[in-house]
Formats: sequence, structure tokens, C-alpha cells
Amino acid sequence: MVRALFEGVRILDFTWAYVGPVAVKYLADQGAEVIHVESSTRPDPIRAAPPFKDGIPGINRSAYPACFNNNKYSLALNLKHPRAKEILERLINWADIVAESFAPGAMARLGISYDNLVKIKPDIIMYSTCQQGQTGRHSKIAALGTQLVALSGFTQLTGWPDRDPTGPFGPYPDTIAPPIGAAAIAAALDYRRRTGRGIHIDLSQYEAAINFLAPVILDYTVNKRIQRAQGNHCPYAAPHGIFPCKGEDRWCAIAVFTDEEWQALYEAMGNPQWVRRREFATLLQRKKNEDELEQQLARWTINYTAEEIMYKLQGVGVPAGVVEKAEDVQNDPQLAHRHYFWQLEHSEIGKHNYEGPPFRLSKTPAELNRAGPCLGQDTEYVCRNILGISEELFSRLSADGVFE
Amino acid sequence: MEKKNMGLLSPYRVLDLCDEKGVVCGRILGDFGADVIKVESPGGDPCRNIGPFYHDIPHPENSLFWFAYCANKRGITLNIESADGKEIFRKLVKTADVVVESFLPGYMDSLGLGYTELSQVNHSLIMTSITPFGQTGPYKDFKGSDLITWSVGGMTQVSGYPDRPPLRASFPQSYPHGGAVGAAGTMFALYYRTISGEGQYVDVSIQEQVVRTLCNVRQFWDVCRINLNRAGQYRVGLSAASNNRLIWQCKDGYVCFNTAFSAGPSGRSNQALVDWMNNEGIKDEYLNSIDWSEYSAAQTTEEQFARLEIPISKFFMKHTMAELFEGAIERRVMIYPAYSAKEIVEDPQLKDREFWEELEHPELDDTVTYPGAFVKFSETESGLRRRAPLIGEHNQEVYAELGLSDEDLLILKQSGVI
Repeated sequence: MVRALFEGVRILDFTWAYVGPVAVKYLADQGAEVIHVESSTRPDPIRAAPPFKDGIPGINRSAYPACFNNNKYSLALNLKHPRAKEILERLINWADIVAESFAPGAMARLGISYDNLVKIKPDIIMYSTCQQGQTGRHSKIAALGTQLVALSGFTQLTGWPDRDPTGPFGPYPDTIAPPIGAAAIAAALDYRRRTGRGIHIDLSQYEAAINFLAPVILDYTVNKRIQRAQGNHCPYAAPHGIFPCKGEDRWCAIAVFTDEEWQALYEAMGNPQWVRRREFATLLQRKKNEDELEQQLARWTINYTAEEIMYKLQGVGVPAGVVEKAEDVQNDPQLAHRHYFWQLEHSEIGKHNYEGPPFRLSKTPAELNRAGPCLGQDTEYVCRNILGISEELFSRLSADGVFE
Repeated sequence: MEKKNMGLLSPYRVLDLCDEKGVVCGRILGDFGADVIKVESPGGDPCRNIGPFYHDIPHPENSLFWFAYCANKRGITLNIESADGKEIFRKLVKTADVVVESFLPGYMDSLGLGYTELSQVNHSLIMTSITPFGQTGPYKDFKGSDLITWSVGGMTQVSGYPDRPPLRASFPQSYPHGGAVGAAGTMFALYYRTISGEGQYVDVSIQEQVVRTLCNVRQFWDVCRINLNRAGQYRVGLSAASNNRLIWQCKDGYVCFNTAFSAGPSGRSNQALVDWMNNEGIKDEYLNSIDWSEYSAAQTTEEQFARLEIPISKFFMKHTMAELFEGAIERRVMIYPAYSAKEIVEDPQLKDREFWEELEHPELDDTVTYPGAFVKFSETESGLRRRAPLIGEHNQEVYAELGLSDEDLLILKQSGVI
């Protein structure tokens, strides 16, 4: 039998929303044992966010948090309860890694700062991620990922030159930090295995996001240039844009970088008269006349479906791709071939799909085997079977309201 | 010039063959302390052609893309298509723990340098391939530039204005995502090797990582059969209606604020904004009639959103980004200004964090200010130790380690191998 990659690795997961849970999910999907601590007294805010099964809100009905917490146990624990300590200390002793995504200071108020954790377990690994890092004057500002998009520069860099910027979809920087966090946790595990030493990881989502724009930042520090949004254009390619296709709101992306690609494109179009004009003969000319180039190209693409354009152009070596809607992503033949989605049965949502890891490890495949948990569904199992708490103590703490 | 490497991964060596699609992977592993050697083709890596350029002088030694993503790496030149190059590469692989590449699927195999062959040279080798669609499946041979993977992964469809084409970010984002998730896959394999002694092959699909950036968009289809659409400056994904404004104009730019999706912190933020507006004489009856502790954006109608928008807009237009940010911090309102590179560089928070790093570029007789490490660690270094390499800068030291003499290097240079 193949051993799971993170078999035997135990993660105590206090994270919520997107960034923290997704980083931990990478390890859970590869076999780490994860106890996700939640509380009905302070539920994960995205449990209140859609999409809900049948559109009806409910704490266990949203597929949003479910998809970030599969393969984890949910332990309901009111950390502010005076007797929560009795459970907490056992959890820390059990764990190799403590993950949290609260505002800095929250863990200290609960008595479980890194310094305190180390006293209980000297080689503990702590993974802390928050918007602006654990230190500094703005570290405790509360805001959402959708707002960090603006601070980290992405809003200004996504838009059309003739209109106000829009930014990319959603809480975009939230999606940058998780793989970096997962890499850092694995590096810390590896380091601990070699040296016996634990570590505290401080991942500022703002700083990680800025690194995804590093050359834009250097353009300012070196050249004092402030880059702005430029639609879908690329400084060294033309055509480079998204073009309308047959059907309602259907589009295909086309990106032409080389002479060969340009030639293949116009041959695929059947060598129309307009491509022979001097205005389109060279990249420099096409860049100068890009608006007209795009209008001409759109007159051709509109006659075909986005899929037809993609296959036709990819077939002759021109980068092209369907602009996929959620529905297309769900049914994408490439993703299906690679078994990217895993269908799991959730007790309130029913069967629905979960993203697997975006990489395949040849010897240690991932396995998604449990749907995102309902809040507190594994409380008794975790206490009795994992922490070894007696039935009597469990009942008493339960009656006291510790597991709310 | 170079700081001591005290990083988590200091015992490891990574050979980085990536173009722009995967080059961030080696940068992250380099930040973590690995000895990353960028293997370029003689004459220079394609990443060196990507702008912007130092002082706008387009030259392979001036690419700021290269500066940014090849810092913390050493650099050698090697033509891995030549017989000598292949042999040298195999020798190098013996000294390495990881090979990262982003060529078209099958290219390394065609040179006899695929995972199967290289793992015979080095049994515990980890090889990571970062490609637009992965190594298998009907799209594996598709050409995928940033615009393509960002679109096929679903991100452009939900970004931009509804009356304009779908939109990407103006600086390519698929590639750093590919690099970051490549670093995660590589680290997972390294950890497993430490446990088991076994190396393995890591097949990264950029498209799959782009799907992860969709947040809850894909789930909207999965459980509600709703395809969310782009909505300009409005928030998509918190209700099917999407009329919750996110980007607002202010006196000198834009700020980001939305009434969010739930009570709790968002409710308190909303109430604090209404109080602030009241204090400044923008006392809107409708805003004041809402019990924000019970508010839910998911259940707010389009008409109600429209009524919220008018007074808030008016308030923001009276203030600058700086005034709104400062006032918001004081009152705990969730408003962020829409920064450009200039404001990011000037942000006092990042200075408090000592985020920025200065690296000397003696060949330019200059010092360049860089964004710092991706992650901070409590007890080891994770910052920038060295600037990106010049073309072939470390040929001598790396090849000497393999036992190649200066004479050998002369021959190899003249024959175009290095």
C-alpha cells in the first residue's frame, strides 16, 4: 500500500475564511491529520456566504467553506470558555503544527502565542497568516481579502485605459498566499525533521501579493514609473486579447507573440484581404494599429464558437483558449482527464465537487476522502478517539458548554 | 555582497531550467535557503527579454523581471541540447536535489533528460514540471501564455465590465501562481524524501491553480447552477445579484469598501462608517434605519444596494485616499485605498516590517530596492542574499566543482555549450 505523503503529521487548525484553510487543505489532501477548531459562538464568516444548497442559507449549507476544509475533522470549541484550556492543552500536545489566521494578538489573548506554545511543546511549528503580517503599525487592521486587492496594487492594474479600474475578481490576494504557506509549512517540517527545531512562520498576505507584482514595483523603485492597467494588451504581442464568439457572452483569448504564430493565425482565417495590408505586416505595425487589428479579428471570431476557435488555432500552434465560465470549468475535458475534481458526499449539501491539488506527485498521490465537515460534527470523535478523553469528562465539559 | 545563507533549506540544491512560467518557484525555494542554480541557454535566458528594464535600456542584463525573480539564485549557461551539455547536465543532476523545468511536455524526454533518465543518474532526485495544462490530457500540448491559462482557468470571465470583454490583470498572474504552487509540490516531495529516501516526479498544471483563484465561483455553478458574471466595480460572488459596490471613486483616486456579507466585524465596520458620515453631516435616513448588527449582504436587494450607494459615494468623494484610510483605521471601518507601486513603496507598514531590501549591483554601480521575502521565519533568514546572476556569472565556480578545468571551459565556451 502506498503511504500517504503527510501520514502521521498532525495539524491543529484555527484558521478561517480562505487563506488559512486552503493552505492547510494542501496538506490534508496529502494525508495530514487535521483538527479544524471552530465555534458556533464565533463561526467562520464564510459559513454565512453563498453558494448555499438550494439557495437556502444555513451554517452547514454553503459549498464555499466546505471546499476549503475537506479531509479535516471539525471540533467545536469555545476558546473563550474558562474550561476550554483543558482541551486546548491536549490539542497542542497532540499537534506538530498549529495554524492560525486571526488578527495578530488574538492567539496571545487566548494564551496560545508562539512563546506559550513552545513552552508546552518545544519543537512546535506555528503557521500564522494575516493580511499585513504579525508586526508593524497596521498589523491589526481588520479587512477582507476583497479589500486587500486594492492595497496590494491589483485594483489599479486591472482595467481598461479609458475607464476606471475594476480589479480582478474577488478576494484575489487570498488565493496567492496559500500555496506559499503550504510550501513554508512543508519546509518547516523538513527542517524540524533534520534539526529537531520548530519555527514560527509569519506570512503576510500583503507582502506575498506584492511579490506577485515584483517587476512592477521595481519599475517604480528603479525607473520611477507608475504602471497602470492596459486592458488585455501585452507590450510585446499583437493581437493579444479576448474576442467575441458565437453565443451569449462567449469569448476566446488569443495571444500572438511570433511571426510564425501570426502567419498561422491569418492562414487559419483563410488569408483575408485585410491581413495583407502594411499596417499588420510586422509586430511594430500591429502594435500601432492594434485597435483596428482587434476589430478585424473580432469579425472573424464571432462566426465560430469559442471552442471551435480554440481547437482551430491551437491545432496550428497559435495560443488560444476558451474563456471558461464556472460551468465550463466544472465540465472542462482537460480537468476531467486529470481527475482534478473529487465528488464527495456532504451530509447537508449532498454530493458536490472539490478541487484536488494542482500538482500530481508520482509516488504519493493525493486522496480526498471526506467532505467539508458540518460545524462540530467530529467533536466527540476528536475528544474521545484522538485525544483520549474519558466519556465522563467529555459529558461534563459538554454540559458546561465548552463544545459550543 | 552576498549574505550568509542561514535558510531552512540550506542543504539543498535546485537546478532551475524554467522560463517565465515557472521561474518564481526557484525564487521561493531560494528565499527558503536552497542553493538555486539558474541554468540558462548560452546567450541568456528568455526571461531576460521581459521588461521593464533598468533605466529603460532593453538589454539582457537589465531586465527587472529577471532581477525580481532570479534574485537568490546563482547562474550558469549550458546548452542542454548538445552532447557535452547533456553530459554536464547529468553530472550536475548528481549534485542536485531538485530539477525544476517548464518546457513543453515531452521536451526533456526528447533530450534524454526526462525524469525516468535523470532518476537513474540520481535515485532520490525530485523533478518538478510546471506547464500550462500539465503533462497529461487533451490540452497538454496546447500553447498557454498568461492570457490563455487565466482564461481557460475561468478568471477572466468574472473580471472586468459586463459590457466589455473579459479581462486579465495587466501584469501576468498565471506564472507566479504556477511558480508558487510548484514550490509547494516540490517542498512536499522533498519532505517525503527526507522521511522515505525516495524522490519523485511533480506534475504542476497552471490551469488547475488558476481554478483555485476562482474562490467560490465554481461552487456557484456546482450547487446552484449559476454562472456568475463580471460586474465591473461591483462585488461578484456574495449574492447572485452582484450589486454591492466594491471600488469607489474618491477625491484623488479609488478606495475599496463593501458592505460585506455578514454581521460581526463587517456589521461593526458598516455602523462605524455610518457614524462617521453622520458626524460629517451626511446623515442619510436609509443608512441610519438599518440595524447593521443583523445585516446580511446576501439578502440585500438590488434596490437596497442602490440606496446605500448614493450617500456613501457622496461621502467618499469629499475625501482623499489618505484621509479615508487614516479615518478608517481610527474608526475600524474596512476601507483600503487602491494603491499604485508608488504608494506601496511609501507604505509605513512595510517599513515597520523591514520588508524592503537593498541589493548592490556593482556592475551598474547602483543599489536597487527590492520587495523582500515571500515569507518570514522566526529563527532563520528568508530574505534576499544575492542579486540575480549575470549571464554565466557562476560558470567557473559551479563547473570547477564538477571537475571541469579552465581549459575545458574555454573549449565549451567557444563551441557554444556554455
